Amino acid sequence: MTPRVGVITFPGSLDDKDAARAIQLAGGISVALWHAEADLHGVEAVVLPGGFSYGDYLRCGAIAKFSPVMEKLVDAANGGLPILGICNGFQVLTESHLLPGALTRNDHLHFICRDQKLRIENNNSVWTSDFEIGQEILIPLKNGEGGYVADEKTLDELEGEGRVIARYLEINPNGSRRDIAGITNAHGNVVGIMPHPEHAVEKLTGPSIDGLGFFTSLLKSLVNEGKVTA
Amino acid sequence: MAIVVVDVALKHEILDPQGRAVMGALVRLGLTGVADVRQGKQFVLNIDGDVDEAKLAQIHEIASTLLSNSVIEDFTVQVRP
Repeated sequence: MTPRVGVITFPGSLDDKDAARAIQLAGGISVALWHAEADLHGVEAVVLPGGFSYGDYLRCGAIAKFSPVMEKLVDAANGGLPILGICNGFQVLTESHLLPGALTRNDHLHFICRDQKLRIENNNSVWTSDFEIGQEILIPLKNGEGGYVADEKTLDELEGEGRVIARYLEINPNGSRRDIAGITNAHGNVVGIMPHPEHAVEKLTGPSIDGLGFFTSLLKSLVNEGKVTA
Repeated sequence: MAIVVVDVALKHEILDPQGRAVMGALVRLGLTGVADVRQGKQFVLNIDGDVDEAKLAQIHEIASTLLSNSVIEDFTVQVRP
């Protein structure tokens, strides 16, 4: 059976279609999930896409965390369901306390949109197992509030437990502490990343196809765990 | 009718680039002696009827879960007569 991966659409989500396409290119079936519906439709994994959920009013991701679908998702995440939060999705995951820290206004105040080089630091997570540690990838970055912050103790814990999954290379585009671009939870099933792997899955439209690795990692992990067959 | 005011501010150790930009403008406008500017948010809740302890506790709960993010922000709640 081909893995079914849900993509949640909130009012103001932008990249849900791209995320769905990336899932399909990686060999999965994408399933549209709706913020107002407290139902994950039995999917084997979920992507929280980029955009501006609920207009980013109050704080990015703050209102989305109280949507009906998120209650189900938080329970599922704690039960081990693989979840990838990209950009606004990462913000939703930190606001929901599924990942530590917070994303704050870029230190230079500008919205930034560029192709960003990253170094993969952890290939134990469900979403990064198809990469080599130290592998350099190039994927688009586009955010106004992408500065990753956490207290020193949390940052030390993340480093000590190898939970930084990717770091910015050459330039720190938004003032993120310790150049952190993405992190995972302790279990390795929940990953948040600020740049956009789903925009780097086809040569025609992306700067590379490096982003595809996040989605192929997931599908291979699901097969290896016996949740689905290849 | 009562008014409850929730003020939310970034914790002092969190960089406030917006406050820093405002600070730059203050200096350009010739205001001297300003050591620092922090930008925050204020929520003004107009409540029908009295604000009893239960209501206030509920507002505190919402201030800590929705109106502020405890990772980066502190908040205060004041009841105005």
